[in-house]
Amino acid sequence: MAELNETLIPVVGVITDVRIDTPDIKTFRVVTPEGKKPFDHRPGQCAMLSIPGVGEAMFSITSSPTNTEFMEFSIKKCGCVTQWLHAAEAGQMVTVRGPYGKPFPVDDVFAGHDLLFIAGGVGLAPLRSVINYCRHHRDRYGKIDIVYGSRSKEDLLDYQEIVNEWQNDENVHVHLTIDREQADWDGHVGFVPNYVKELGFDTNKVAVLCGPPIMIKFTLEGLCALGFDKTQIYTTLELRMKCGVGKCGRCNVGAKYVCKDGPVFRCDELDELPGEY
Amino acid sequence: MLKCNLSQLDNLFAAVAEAMPLYLPTQGKNGANYTKWQAGAVWSNTCNTQKGPKDLFFPQSEDLMAFKTQGKTIEIIDTRNEAEDFAVFGVRACDVKSLEILDRVFLSEPKDSYYASRREHGIIISLACNRPTENCFCGSFGIDASSPNGDVTCWLTEDALYLRGNTEKGEKFMALAAPFVTECDDTAAEAQKEKIQKIMARLPLADLKTDAFGGGKTEEFFNSPQWAKLSESCLGCGTCTFVCPTCQCYDIRDYKTNDGVVRYRCWDSCMYSEFTRMAHGNNRNSQKERFRQRFMHKLVYFPENNDGVFSCVGCGRCLAKCPISMNIVKVMKALEGEQNG
Repeated sequence: MAELNETLIPVVGVITDVRIDTPDIKTFRVVTPEGKKPFDHRPGQCAMLSIPGVGEAMFSITSSPTNTEFMEFSIKKCGCVTQWLHAAEAGQMVTVRGPYGKPFPVDDVFAGHDLLFIAGGVGLAPLRSVINYCRHHRDRYGKIDIVYGSRSKEDLLDYQEIVNEWQNDENVHVHLTIDREQADWDGHVGFVPNYVKELGFDTNKVAVLCGPPIMIKFTLEGLCALGFDKTQIYTTLELRMKCGVGKCGRCNVGAKYVCKDGPVFRCDELDELPGEY
Repeated sequence: MLKCNLSQLDNLFAAVAEAMPLYLPTQGKNGANYTKWQAGAVWSNTCNTQKGPKDLFFPQSEDLMAFKTQGKTIEIIDTRNEAEDFAVFGVRACDVKSLEILDRVFLSEPKDSYYASRREHGIIISLACNRPTENCFCGSFGIDASSPNGDVTCWLTEDALYLRGNTEKGEKFMALAAPFVTECDDTAAEAQKEKIQKIMARLPLADLKTDAFGGGKTEEFFNSPQWAKLSESCLGCGTCTFVCPTCQCYDIRDYKTNDGVVRYRCWDSCMYSEFTRMAHGNNRNSQKERFRQRFMHKLVYFPENNDGVFSCVGCGRCLAKCPISMNIVKVMKALEGEQNG
């Protein structure tokens, strides 16, 4: 039996670093007990993390596949598993299995194109993987625009990396915004969908959206108003999952399983699905 | 074709049970169910068992793995054991087909090793239905109750059981049965088949059609006003999913033991409000949405992903068991009626 691979059986991972990103988001660095990256993945894919006795949950892998040393997960505190993780310290073991899901088409559809990444709140977590993948393979892509917004400056995920690395890259343009004015902020203030309209991008590019459903809805409308076609826009879905391989039935929407047919979907594909996501 | 006189049947069961666990329907307090044969057990020819043989391959609850935890450390223990050969006798055509449907879920890549091991070692001895019930509609799903699939197919007459081996696995069973059977021709089995087919044609649900359903029909049915009416009195008890031989949704949970944690899986139901509830909300908040999901999955989504095969075998269990008498037949008729105007 041992020779039969079983996807439900995880491997042990060790949290080697916990970074406090925002008041409710921490980023966990995970390696195997031997100090290696648990497994390879593609940008946008997910993994199941668990703490035996507490539960198992699906998270997007926020580190880039080009990082061969470790895996990172940016996790917002909102349920049982995430609360437990937020209380964990370096050295704590967890279990990890994956990778699951369909990645962003970075090597075919995205190749040779200008890219526009739009994220809201913790929605940057899955996009960080693909943004850093594209930055790593910079010559394969054209101009990169990143629009990222959060409630406040403190709620911006990966702020140091954005300011110290992304903004310094050639031909990468970062547009940050926060919902309300605050004293130590001289950047843009306003919601992401409006900011995207104000910035007014040309449509000769591929756009990737990730964030709260309400942000996705209005940003998608905004992009379409700018002349984008839904076939140029990608986003990710998130539903409850248990198995990760399209068998337990939980993340089924229409004939799709978000865990294996997603989480990445092209926006015109979503129109084919019943509106239960 | 082999023939076993009914007077020899208990001896045949005993011989098989000596070689491997043998499961067959026996009468219990609440009707017939598959139980492990032991001396004195009386096989029940009831059509149909309360639950199908799904438990034998995909148990209602099963341990998946164990963990030893100490301080910050975790050790994962693979507790899987290769299944041993076992035989299941008396499986009806609908239930045989239900296993083929579960195969499409659990044996597609990546294979579920727990299910795969049991499937590999389980020998299915099917039995044609002499007395199908008024709730039966397997014929609507292209299933022939007079000639079920399986590793061995059996036909029962007044005085004998006729057996035909279909597969290599089936031959294992036939070898164990050898001392209690004699060679014969197909005449009696064929006559029995014909009798059954005549009964099937006269069943009250014999005319139920599936033509209106299948892959690609999401738009057609998803927004039907029928769902609100059909689901109005649904209690969300999940009985339909638990007696359904093709329902396969499951949950994975942990329980703590004295020295660690065991991770197990158990049947779950899309009819339950908890099924899709997440920390940030629930994408199927009403019973109407959950009810619709179950039937859309069986009649549209599953066939879309599985070469047109429906995730229903017409066994009729949900017709018999639903406390508010709602069922897939009523759903199909209501949706189809609407389609026809």
